[in-house]
Amino acid sequence: MMLTINNLQARVGDKAILRGINLSVKAGEVHAIMGPNGSGKSTLASVLTGREDYEVTGGDVTFNGKDLLSLSAEDRAREGIFLAFQYPVEIPGVSTVNFMKTALNQIREYRGEQALDAVAFLARMKEKMKLVEIDQSLLSRSLNEGFSGGEKKRNEIFQMAMLEPKLAILDETDSGLDIDALRIVATGVNKLRTPQNATIVVTHYQRLLDYIVPDFVHVLYQGRIVKSGGRDLALQLEEKGYDWIKAEAAAV
Amino acid sequence: MASDQRILDDLTSKEYEHGWSVDIASESAPKGLSEDIVKFISARKGEPDWLLEWRLKSYRKWLEMTPPEWANIHYPAIDYQSIIYYSAPRQKASPKSLEEVDPELLKTFERLGISLTEQKRLSGIAVDAVFDSVSVATTFRETLAELGIIFCSFSEAVREHPELVRKYLGSVVPPHDNYFAALNSAVFSDGSFCYIPHGVRCPMELSTYFRINAANTGQFERTLIIADEGSYVSYLEGCTAPMRDENQLHAAVVEIIALKNAEVKYSTVQNWYPGDKDGKGGIYNFVTKRGLCAGDHSKISWTQVETGSAITWKYPSCVLKGDYSVGEFYSVAVTNHHQQADTGTKMVHIGKHTRSRIVSKGISAGKSQNSYRGQVHVMKRAVNARNHSQCDSLLMGDRCGAHTFPYIDVENSSARVEHEATTSKIGEDQIFYCQQRGMDEESAVALIVNGYAKEVLNQLPMEFAVEAQKLLALTLEGSVG
Repeated sequence: MMLTINNLQARVGDKAILRGINLSVKAGEVHAIMGPNGSGKSTLASVLTGREDYEVTGGDVTFNGKDLLSLSAEDRAREGIFLAFQYPVEIPGVSTVNFMKTALNQIREYRGEQALDAVAFLARMKEKMKLVEIDQSLLSRSLNEGFSGGEKKRNEIFQMAMLEPKLAILDETDSGLDIDALRIVATGVNKLRTPQNATIVVTHYQRLLDYIVPDFVHVLYQGRIVKSGGRDLALQLEEKGYDWIKAEAAAV
Repeated sequence: MASDQRILDDLTSKEYEHGWSVDIASESAPKGLSEDIVKFISARKGEPDWLLEWRLKSYRKWLEMTPPEWANIHYPAIDYQSIIYYSAPRQKASPKSLEEVDPELLKTFERLGISLTEQKRLSGIAVDAVFDSVSVATTFRETLAELGIIFCSFSEAVREHPELVRKYLGSVVPPHDNYFAALNSAVFSDGSFCYIPHGVRCPMELSTYFRINAANTGQFERTLIIADEGSYVSYLEGCTAPMRDENQLHAAVVEIIALKNAEVKYSTVQNWYPGDKDGKGGIYNFVTKRGLCAGDHSKISWTQVETGSAITWKYPSCVLKGDYSVGEFYSVAVTNHHQQADTGTKMVHIGKHTRSRIVSKGISAGKSQNSYRGQVHVMKRAVNARNHSQCDSLLMGDRCGAHTFPYIDVENSSARVEHEATTSKIGEDQIFYCQQRGMDEESAVALIVNGYAKEVLNQLPMEFAVEAQKLLALTLEGSVG
């Protein structure tokens, strides 16, 4: 098992947001986490990646045999967890190229690998640029500064390609994208799939799942996974909305 | 935030990298300041009478003056009688070659990364190394001399080129200009002198490296750069000092003259000892730097990266006298712990169609105070003068301060003066974004700060840009939280 989440609970301030999440992800799998607004989807992504705004109050998470929650945010990234942000942050004066070079070499150092020299880095960059169909001029500009919504998301996928994570978490990657941008981003993600890595797609709408086809779909509601199923579950949600899930949850 | 505090504690105990001192036999003037001390310094340097007279006049002027109080800095009154005004390593009067220089001195500069020996010299950079009150060695002199470029210590220039020194000394910064300039004019020790002849483009970076070593000693260097018609030179200044518990005074004067069509680029990486994390010790840096664009189409560009000193009081300025002349000021000033900086520039537009550009990036961390103070003055004659100022402040933590004091005086209605200012904080979301990509917090801050200061760092010569980037990161280590 790559990732095992066991009874994970977390809060922000006094407010409990995750109230006992259980989830297992194997290498090669794609899991979709769906749910109405405010159900805790983004919180789950934040807690798994080590954002400090949230306090874990119970449960544990094992990632490739390691106690994930005891690791710093950067060490989780170095162990192979990648978050494609819903709102990628602007860093003025720092190009994506420079940003990636710093990140990649710190990850390599952690893993006891040699830093990539400029030539090797450039070669890797060119290869990944092609894979996710991103223009080099975008990568030389200040990171995310003045980028359109689509450019930001495509840049996230480019970074994912560069860092080759074991587990990628896509947080509402479809938000703010038109259908063409969505297709390009999804195609990029699909190309990066291998039997060795896994993906968690966090989304409100099912339309992204037309392009990134999940093996499992989980519905998050009020901080718990209230229903799990296959791809059909997503289609059901598309058709019927979330109300019946809410009703079912209330009945339990 | 407990982890932040831990990092903070870890790193703030990190020592200033250049805080060591060497034990070198030196001869010093007795403590205190008087006409006798001024005469002592002048005699020790074997100066001509006119220069002694100039010093004495400056000294008498200084006695009548009072220290400026308008700056946003706070420090106990300086006791000028407890300072040693002259300290020189004991060595041959004027070493003819490096073989005659005390190996300990050469080692000192080696350790600072400044090699003065032939084999290891930085290629493409000529260095004048100043240790306490004297210049120790100047490299690449012969190469430069072939082009007619004079690059030597100030004392030597007084001996070898008195006509140039006499003509230009005090012509941009007169002795009575301000309190610290008057003090410097009375007791200045050594510094660099540089003359680029008509039409010559200096093929290498010229640089001066200042090192304070002796205790209780002030450093008062004087630099004079003259770019004759149609010439170009890029000049760099670096400085460090040992860690000492008491405050040491550094009051320098730099004068630049650019004649018609000449261009001078002056870059400073200031890394004087800033004091410890509780604000004990550190250099008081009171410096007057001014350039005169004397000729038409001349240009003077100041770039400074200010990371050191307990107190910085410094306003590298341009007097744009020639028509179509251009002045530029690019600055990054970083303060951490208890440092105080009041720095900026003055652009005086006298000639027609003169242009100036100001880019100031302040970064405040810890309990420090960082002020930008700038004046743009467009005089009556200056038809079509243009200025653009951009003043950004970046705050880290919630105990520091950033202040901006822009002054604009316009006496000609055709002038166009623009001022932009921003204040921002390094966001936790920016740091988390970097961490999520595998960077630790320190690297994240370094990356963000260097991005913020990029526009200024880009102005530095390549080798020094890299150094400056490292220095910025080092100064800010442990300041997140």
